[in-house]
Amino acid sequence: MESLLEFFSFTNPSVVYVALGSVLLTSSSAVVGTFTFLKKKALVGDAVAHSVLPGICLAFILAGNKNPLALIIGAFATGWLSLVIIDFITEHTKLKEDTAIALILSVFFGIGILMLTNIQHTGNAAQTGLENFLFGKAAALVEQDLIVFGSVSAVLILLVALFFKELKLIAFDQDYAKAIGVPVFAVNLLLTSLTVMAVVTGIQAVGVVLMAAMLITPAAAARFWTNRVFSMTLIAAAMGAFSGLSGAYVSYVAPAMPTGPWIVLIISAIALVSFFIAPKRGILSRSLQQRNLQHTIMDENLLKELYHIREKEDVENKGRTLEEIVKERYFPKGKLQSSLSRLRRQGYVEKEGKYWKFTRSGYDKGKRMVKLHRLWEIYLSEYLRIAPDHVHEDAETIEHVITPELEAELEKILKYPERDPHQKEIPYS
Amino acid sequence: MKLEAKDPVVEFHDLTVSYEKKPVLWNIDMTLPKGALVGVIGPNGAGKSTLIKSAMDLLPLASGYVRLFDQPLDEVRDRVSYVPQRESVDWDFPTTVMDVVLMGRYGKLGLFKRPRKADREVAMNCLRKVGMEAFVKRQISQLSGGQQQRVFLARALAQDADLYFMDEPFAGVDAATESAILSILRELTKQNKTVIVVHHDLQSAAEFFDWIVLLNMRLVASGPIKEVFTNELLQETYGGKLTVLAEVGELVRKREIPSREKY
Repeated sequence: MESLLEFFSFTNPSVVYVALGSVLLTSSSAVVGTFTFLKKKALVGDAVAHSVLPGICLAFILAGNKNPLALIIGAFATGWLSLVIIDFITEHTKLKEDTAIALILSVFFGIGILMLTNIQHTGNAAQTGLENFLFGKAAALVEQDLIVFGSVSAVLILLVALFFKELKLIAFDQDYAKAIGVPVFAVNLLLTSLTVMAVVTGIQAVGVVLMAAMLITPAAAARFWTNRVFSMTLIAAAMGAFSGLSGAYVSYVAPAMPTGPWIVLIISAIALVSFFIAPKRGILSRSLQQRNLQHTIMDENLLKELYHIREKEDVENKGRTLEEIVKERYFPKGKLQSSLSRLRRQGYVEKEGKYWKFTRSGYDKGKRMVKLHRLWEIYLSEYLRIAPDHVHEDAETIEHVITPELEAELEKILKYPERDPHQKEIPYS
Repeated sequence: MKLEAKDPVVEFHDLTVSYEKKPVLWNIDMTLPKGALVGVIGPNGAGKSTLIKSAMDLLPLASGYVRLFDQPLDEVRDRVSYVPQRESVDWDFPTTVMDVVLMGRYGKLGLFKRPRKADREVAMNCLRKVGMEAFVKRQISQLSGGQQQRVFLARALAQDADLYFMDEPFAGVDAATESAILSILRELTKQNKTVIVVHHDLQSAAEFFDWIVLLNMRLVASGPIKEVFTNELLQETYGGKLTVLAEVGELVRKREIPSREKY
């Protein structure tokens, strides 16, 4: 608790660097990642993330220390090279893109690890902490890093803002973009470079192994909450920032702990929660919709059966017991009970003792279902030439789907028929 | 059979297009007239889409060239509009109907500029023309096939061009949408604009178009509908596969022979 207060009071300047740095890195990579995600290039981000490692090592060997600018340039060089090679392989050989990505990712990462191990064995004192680039260490961010990584992040966000319209268009419809004269090649090149830069700035806090998650996961989570690219970008940035800040805190209280896995776990938790509870697209909301639909179907079936009984006996509205209903058509008892009480709440049936009977609107609704069922049977047998003994099952489903507009259309094209293929009367109101 | 247009706006000159090294269009050479509603007709795999994609510079040409208004495309891009196939995009993309139609203004806006009020007004007018004004704020994944097609048409109209290339605008649309689209296309040609449409339904083609291009990997015929839409030419387009042509194309691909020799 003490550490929480200490961290979030931001009195310690090193805390400010760590927090600000982490937030900038994670949010800018989320912003760029939104477009990588929309272009369905998620794997490319992973390839770049792994491919920057040899560049970092090379930069270290050449510079002799961990100068952030040198590291960025090195990382950018090999990250970019990996993408060029992937494109080349895809275009000029028979290998598909996924194979090319897998190939390049492992080769570059392998070389990177080889170089890293080598450096660690040279005994160079400056190399301590280089292994942090594998899994990230936000707490290792110092003022100099913040200035370099922070300004790169700011540039990334600025560039996305400037080219927002073009990036969106190319993600949606690249051929059209080209047709209206948008410099598609240049904008794609820009997005590639932005992706590489986003990865490069994130490696200090998140590490190369897990950096791809910071590109894609915020965008994937944000997609559940919105239907606009613009708000999706903002939400992704906010989610990224939150996970970055939390990661920085963990790194601060437990310096031995690598930050990357923490940040990734937090953003993944956010994504998982979005996956479940987001309105409309989330699993929970969708299964709720499914349940409501099931209820509607059950209720409509029940009213239809009440109408059937009434039709057979041809007597005035008489109450029915549960047994009588089940005799007409089998419903599991629990479902029947809950459906009846639902219909009663909605004013379609009434209860007198153990007898259930229609209200006026319940009667009309049941009648309409029977009408739709029989109209659809006629449509199937007349227009689709399906045998009369094969139309019932299909009509059982379709009767719940037909809208009033389609109902009118059906009546018109079938010319208000009197009887269905089983010679049952069609009840018009 | 090939008739040249008197007042040509589109010229295909000896065009050959390959797809992954395999030629799919051979030596297309024709002109198309101004102010006509042109139907490009042919069986599946005849290269209909390829033809208009190559006119829009979306595919590398193996040989030949296309000139629009007697100029290369880059010089006249603001006068040319394109409607891609509806299935070519992911309709689950997070955007609205208005946003998609506004994309038609991007070419006029240029880089860095956001759509202005005037652009929104143009987009709104185009949506009204296609009967989609009630769907402005609708998320595009909620549209039916016919509505998607109308939105694509509105986007093309928003470009305010003189020449339109449309890839299967009538594919998978309802009867109401079909007649709505047709009357818009006729309206365009009345204003002396040229509309070139890839179309797959022979029956309606006879009613829709003024000028017909019959295509089956090579140009079978191009001319006014009266002269070209004949049984004989249609049979040549649809009947009897040119197996030798297809086989040679396959060989070219396998051996990676450049379709034009270069020294």
